[in-house]
Amino acid sequence: MVPEIGEFCLIVAFCLAVVQSTLPLAGLYRKKDHWIAMARPLALGQCFFITLSFVLLVICFLQNDFSVAYVARNSNSSLPIFYQVSAVWGGHEGSLLLWTLLFSGWVMMVTLCSRHLPMHFLARVLIILGWISCGFLLFLLATSSPFQRYLPDYPLDGRDLNPLLQDFGLIVHPPVLYMGYVGFAIPFAFALSVLWGNENDLPWAKWMRPWVLVAFGFLTVGIALGSWWAYYELGWGGWWFWDPVENASFMPWLVGIALIHSLMMSDKRQMFQGWSLLLAILTFALSLLGAFLVRSGILTSVHAFANDPTRGIFLLEFLGVVVGGSFGLYARRGKRFSMPLRLEWCSRETVILLSTVFLAVSTATVLLGTLFPLFYEVCTGQKLSVGFPYFNSVFIPLMLPVLLLIPIGPIITWGQNQGKELIQKVQWIGVLSVVLGAVIPWVFTRALSVSVALGVSLGIWIMLGTLKTAYQKSRQRGGVFKLSKGALGMIFAHLGMAVSIIGITIVSHYQIERDVVMKPGQSLEIAGEEIGFEKMQRTEGENYLGYQGHFGVSVAGKKIAELTPEKRVYVVQGQRLTETAIDPGFWRDIYISLGESLGEESWSVRLYYKPLVRWIWLGALMMAMGGLIAAWGRRTKGGN
Amino acid sequence: MNTLRKRRVWLVVILSSASLIVTLLVIQALRHNLNLYYTPTELQTADISNTQKIRIGGLVEKGSLQRGSDLIIQFVVTDLTHQISVQYTGILPDLFKEGQGVVASGRLNGKALFVADEILAKHDENYQPPRILDHGS
Amino acid sequence: MRFLLPLVIFAALCGFLWKGLSLTDKTLASTLIGQSAPAFQLNTVEDPNRWVSEDIFRGKITLLNVWASWCHSCQKEHEVWMTVVKPADIALVGLNYHDTREEAGRWLQSHGNPYRLNILDERGRLGMDYGVTGTPETFVIDKNGVIRYRHVGPVDREVWDKKLFPLVEALQKS
Repeated sequence: MVPEIGEFCLIVAFCLAVVQSTLPLAGLYRKKDHWIAMARPLALGQCFFITLSFVLLVICFLQNDFSVAYVARNSNSSLPIFYQVSAVWGGHEGSLLLWTLLFSGWVMMVTLCSRHLPMHFLARVLIILGWISCGFLLFLLATSSPFQRYLPDYPLDGRDLNPLLQDFGLIVHPPVLYMGYVGFAIPFAFALSVLWGNENDLPWAKWMRPWVLVAFGFLTVGIALGSWWAYYELGWGGWWFWDPVENASFMPWLVGIALIHSLMMSDKRQMFQGWSLLLAILTFALSLLGAFLVRSGILTSVHAFANDPTRGIFLLEFLGVVVGGSFGLYARRGKRFSMPLRLEWCSRETVILLSTVFLAVSTATVLLGTLFPLFYEVCTGQKLSVGFPYFNSVFIPLMLPVLLLIPIGPIITWGQNQGKELIQKVQWIGVLSVVLGAVIPWVFTRALSVSVALGVSLGIWIMLGTLKTAYQKSRQRGGVFKLSKGALGMIFAHLGMAVSIIGITIVSHYQIERDVVMKPGQSLEIAGEEIGFEKMQRTEGENYLGYQGHFGVSVAGKKIAELTPEKRVYVVQGQRLTETAIDPGFWRDIYISLGESLGEESWSVRLYYKPLVRWIWLGALMMAMGGLIAAWGRRTKGGN
Repeated sequence: MNTLRKRRVWLVVILSSASLIVTLLVIQALRHNLNLYYTPTELQTADISNTQKIRIGGLVEKGSLQRGSDLIIQFVVTDLTHQISVQYTGILPDLFKEGQGVVASGRLNGKALFVADEILAKHDENYQPPRILDHGS
Repeated sequence: MRFLLPLVIFAALCGFLWKGLSLTDKTLASTLIGQSAPAFQLNTVEDPNRWVSEDIFRGKITLLNVWASWCHSCQKEHEVWMTVVKPADIALVGLNYHDTREEAGRWLQSHGNPYRLNILDERGRLGMDYGVTGTPETFVIDKNGVIRYRHVGPVDREVWDKKLFPLVEALQKS
């Protein structure tokens, strides 16, 4: 009965979504206010039913109801309860339901937090969100219902959850990432509502900003979690692969940053409204495109997802209607939102405009690299792949100017041409960061490379510039704690960027990766730390069998950590899996993963030394926090 | 020229040179980083220089895996009509197995030997033939 | 015009994606039906020293039945196999899935063995190649070793009479 009720809830939610997207619309044209007012209760009802159906799916998993095909495919009774719950979004259908659930949660927040918005504006937002909701629910019901039964006869026990997915990082990763993805639907709907209503006199940029900031915060954490997971779980020690799935989340992130900054200008200076609206549409378009690329299986990637051509076709049609429609609307109305450019050369406006343009262009190059194999195959029939050096050699040069501009933005003033004053303000910071960027790596390694110096200098440049702004602002305000939330958020986010940049630079240049053959009793020195292979043991877990290696890490004869990497075979699926062992640290990670047994007790072993690798994720967390703090500030200001 | 007109001209000059630079950058980077994909049969006829980075794919022939010293590994990739020997130094991915699919990227060394610097086993999260995707995850 | 640009680029992109989907379509549509049986090299439940490969499917129409001793619906199905296999001129090959030789052997001894042989797939790798989602499942493989039909769930009298047997007969004539 439970799965049937679950499916029924989805159908009810779909009906509510249809009404939500049509009745208020009719109300707008017929000028019936009570029809328009229906939008809010309908959105809440929809959220209720989707939540209910999600809860019912969780119950199906907890009850081990293997008559439900999705449960049988993704869970089995020997799975620990923790993983049984997370298995709910371990496959395509469930993650889509989660996606829809989070979307409806966002819509609920909009209905609850936006009472102060003009009724017509809000109604248009809810109508647009209702259409998107219709699309998601229809997709769920038509192509990927998680409640389908396995009848007449069903397996007594289910398949195992993919062992790669039996992991904490991957349990929290999708919900957070999806929160970011679907969160961008809100600014998207706001932008369409603005274009649709043609009301450029409304302070829409102010209304839109907190939503973008929150979505950005979630997306940042989601991407960081994904990268962290790939780092410790895939066993290659990489933290970013320029893989299609990663790019799919990275592109909306980049455009999202551009949107945040461009909105600031539209809000405070009434400039570049057209550009902000376009960026808002683009951000959600790229989120949807990402979903399409991942779900349709059009590109092969590190992360396995179920694919099915009917799903791909549906998603592409949905993408075409939603994004094509909004670009069409933009083409018709965009002109009214663009003013002739009146820029002073050396002003905050120029700095922000330049950085957003650079961000958009670098997003375009990432998109090109991601889709190029597809273009090539369509045109020539030949298969190829774009190597990751492409991304590094295009993306990094394009990001350099953006990084250079980050600390300048807050230092420089609005609307005035002030090249000389700017140079005066930043010259010492500039000199200092170049010197430090060259000296610090030299002190530690006694070697100097231009790219390291450049990366570290840029990181320090952003840090010092941001700290200078922080110092000045808090002096004006009379204390650090009196800083506005917006300023505080900016400071956090920019510092976070600096931390990530330094981490990325150092780990990419100074990491040591060694594949070696080792026997118990042998040891090896890596970057001043001695790693000894002590012994090998057989192990047995709840649903796997395996080998466990014991390694000791010691510095100057003193043991500082014991690491136990494993090689597992999962019994139900027969999949082999490498469990890496990491000795994490603020300054460096020691990373060990087992290869295979080479006979006579010797094993192939992968030993990595990763300096400052944690800084990458630490910086990302700071950026996310910055976004959330700034959003909170907007909200408590009353939002009007 | 008035200042506004002057500014326009400058803007156009800057924008067009910037886009030119970006385009050149992209073309240059793409040209060096495209890895074409070949099967052993296609390799027989294709004209590939030894410096060009490519990917090959096929099945690992049963019984062909040999280990040398220091993690050097050699095996034969076949598409059931033609074969090519592949050499790799390092640790193989979890799902590498004789008789299973594999994708290797690297460079040719003569006509008969392929030196791989990266091995992706099929069945792997990295590369799964579509038909098992539906239940693999 | 510049406001139309995003739409134009997007339309072109969608065109490519559409073409791209049909590319994947080609490989995706080629599910197992109409393809040669996946290659394998495994030993049998009956004899640990006997290694078999996909060649055993050649020459005779084969029903490949995926089963396991821990699978209750396989028992029901087993009764059907005991009665229908002998009269029909087919080879019934068992694919013993996620099981052990001892358990499977005991099960066959107590229930009877209608199979020509049973492939032992302890780790479920071959089952994975066949895309098995649960037990039991049955594949019809023709004389050339090409998979013709897949039945998910237990085969009962009705399925046998209405689907499998007519299919086997038709294949025999062709």
